[in-house]
Amino acid sequence: MFDIVSFIPRAVAQGIPLLFGSTGEIITEKSGNLNLGIPGVMYVGGICGVIGSFLYERSLGNPNLINPVLGILIPLVSCLVGSLIMGLLYCFLTVTLRANQNVTGLAMTTFGVGFGNFFGGSLIKLTGAEVPSIALSATSKLFRTTLPFAHTTGPVGGIFFSYGFLAYVAIILAFVASFVLKRTRTGLHLRAVGEDPAAADAVGIDITRYKYLATCLGCMVAGLGGLYYVMDYANGVWSNDAFGDRGWLAIALVIFTIWRPNISVFASILFGGLYILYLFIPTGENLAVKEIYKMLPYVVTIIVLVFSSLRNKRENQPPESLGLPYFREDR
Amino acid sequence: MPEKQCAVSLRGISKAFGKIQANHNVDLDIYRGEILALLGENGSGKTTLMNMLSGIYFPDSGTITIDGKPATISSPRDAFAYGIGMIHQHFKLINVFTAAENIVLGLQDEAGFNLDEAKTRIMSVCDAYSFEIDLDQKVYDMSVSQKQTVEIVKLLYRGTEVLILDEPTAVLTPQETDKLFAVLRNMRDSGKAIVIITHKLHEVLDISDRVSVLRKGEQIGELLTSKATAEQMTNMMVGRQVSLNIERPTPQDPRERIRVEGVTVRGSDGVVKLDNVSFSAYTGEILGIAGISGCGQKELLEAIAGLQAVEQGSIDYIEDDGTLDSLIGKDPLEIASMGIALSFVPEDRLGMGLVGSMDLADNMMLRSFRQGRSFFTDRKAPEHLAEKVIDELEVNTTSVHTPVSNLSGGNVQKVLVGREIASAPKVVLSAYAVRGLDVNSSYVIYDLLNKQKESGVAVVYVGEDLDVLLELCDRILVLCAGKVSGIVDGRNTTKNEVGLMMTNLGGAQ
Repeated sequence: MFDIVSFIPRAVAQGIPLLFGSTGEIITEKSGNLNLGIPGVMYVGGICGVIGSFLYERSLGNPNLINPVLGILIPLVSCLVGSLIMGLLYCFLTVTLRANQNVTGLAMTTFGVGFGNFFGGSLIKLTGAEVPSIALSATSKLFRTTLPFAHTTGPVGGIFFSYGFLAYVAIILAFVASFVLKRTRTGLHLRAVGEDPAAADAVGIDITRYKYLATCLGCMVAGLGGLYYVMDYANGVWSNDAFGDRGWLAIALVIFTIWRPNISVFASILFGGLYILYLFIPTGENLAVKEIYKMLPYVVTIIVLVFSSLRNKRENQPPESLGLPYFREDR
Repeated sequence: MPEKQCAVSLRGISKAFGKIQANHNVDLDIYRGEILALLGENGSGKTTLMNMLSGIYFPDSGTITIDGKPATISSPRDAFAYGIGMIHQHFKLINVFTAAENIVLGLQDEAGFNLDEAKTRIMSVCDAYSFEIDLDQKVYDMSVSQKQTVEIVKLLYRGTEVLILDEPTAVLTPQETDKLFAVLRNMRDSGKAIVIITHKLHEVLDISDRVSVLRKGEQIGELLTSKATAEQMTNMMVGRQVSLNIERPTPQDPRERIRVEGVTVRGSDGVVKLDNVSFSAYTGEILGIAGISGCGQKELLEAIAGLQAVEQGSIDYIEDDGTLDSLIGKDPLEIASMGIALSFVPEDRLGMGLVGSMDLADNMMLRSFRQGRSFFTDRKAPEHLAEKVIDELEVNTTSVHTPVSNLSGGNVQKVLVGREIASAPKVVLSAYAVRGLDVNSSYVIYDLLNKQKESGVAVVYVGEDLDVLLELCDRILVLCAGKVSGIVDGRNTTKNEVGLMMTNLGGAQ
């Protein structure tokens, strides 16, 4: 019997990092920057949060003395600052120096993963633990605090209220991003920059400012995905490479949702569900079947890529100047 | 008559791009209630000069005075603040936005963001000048003329007093041009200053009050249009005496060479691009193809050249002895191996015709690298050919090893046409052969095509300048939305007739 009540919360928990990543990447891509460094940014966001909270917990001596406000704020701010620096770096290279966006993005992913593993490894050494991971259970407990009535309201509570606050932040951010993109002047200007920077420039929109702001903001949102993964989903346990390929799935989601964060709310949960489906479908003793189920998110991504490239509607296409640098005096 | 009010005055403006001096010490005055034509060949610095007024470029030296006060324009936003707006040759519109969204784009001054209120205000601007636009239409669904209207409304909505139009008629039909000119006169009479950049003399004579001529970045002189003649302006523009007549020798012994019957082509998006097109091209004549841009001209040439799949119909090459060879379903290589010498000068020179980053000799080799049995390619012959082309067509380049993308548009075209003609073709297909070329280079190309015609080649010439089509071509096939609107004799037709056929099937009013 398929246990939908326990399946959905787990699908959501899987989907939230993807939602952060795809919302961030959509904001970025709407400004015409194709940031393939998102997986790296999410890694950096995660490890920066870990570093912040690790140092804080250590300074306390006894983790049980943790101050709830600082315990949340320190990793949160560390994560945002780390992701922001990645965003600034990306913008400086691609907007100011007009470097190739694909190369820069891929380099940043490689860098971000290496950065995460390097500091993760260093912290693991500092703890002197026998297992290759760091456990920040006190901080994680704060991040995983749910609404008090979550566990008393049965299936409804389980499905809707059993998540830490970052999950709701992700969903709210996605809807806000959708609203801003679609309904406000700022959104109109941002989309114009991504579609045709020359046209936007000619009506007096500051291209550099929009690109920097959108990309940095996008990176910070994506970085939160890394933080959510470590602190909430993984119970505060950091082990190297555990985050896996979620960053790439987040980028695939951008295409899947045809650049709409509000669709991404549902799509990311769908992806999250596919990611863990193998745990819920009786596969018997045959491990090979399990592995096939594990492939599902990737198979779906490929199918979606095929279909989205077949679609002809102009509004569903990527921003027209996605990936192209802009220089006003270009001839 | 009241004294004319000077809106903008430029003094000693210079601008260089690297080593190229685009403008040198230019003085220019723009008056309210007047249409000023800025005349010059391509690359003479007209657009650069106006881009400095609209804030796209910043001058290296010189001063700009607006309404008597010195002004610094360092961005398009500054230009709008001074009431200067420019309509660029390539429209600066966002394709996936509606007309209204494009018009309000970039404006910050209104409190709140309310598109419906903005639409009411836009409509009042439209009514004042009797523009007809659908504010909810997406730009990608619009015709060129509609897009231009959106651009004009966009400027007027911002309260622009000085309007600059960069080659506004390049892609319009004669009827649309007349409509535009009426609008411009209307705006002039309401006291706005208008600058129109063009290299078409008859337009200058038609619309402007005053004309200023640029050559090689410098201002050559200024004339009152009422006292100017076409001859005089050309001489100022080119710098020496030019004959403005295109030769048109009578076709010698025309025989049918290419027969196209009932050809229907569907584009990749499923839209019918060519609908039941039939015609023949004869040896020793130039067949012109006219039509609004995107009416199937490109597909027609590509179908003949074997680059476009044909849904229905037949395309046959008729050999000297009368045998028919079908060209349908064959790629260019197969067509060439059948012994049919077909030359195709595509519209997109650096995309389809030549490889920009490769040098002249290597580009020549693109046609010949399959020849010979040796494992290594023959590099000598293409180099000689490149030298010959440089020599005969007066290509301005430092050596045969200069990358083609470093050459100017005219020289690139000469290299491409030179290569295609060198293969001694029987059929020459050319698309927009003189697009972006200055007067001199254009005439070199016309001469080359005429020479081919005289040596018995069937030439198909797709053009956008109706004046040239009427002077150069023996027959003109007019396309209208993928259908043949009619085939007229180039010697006894009028611009108006062709223009009407371009917009209405068969030329009906």
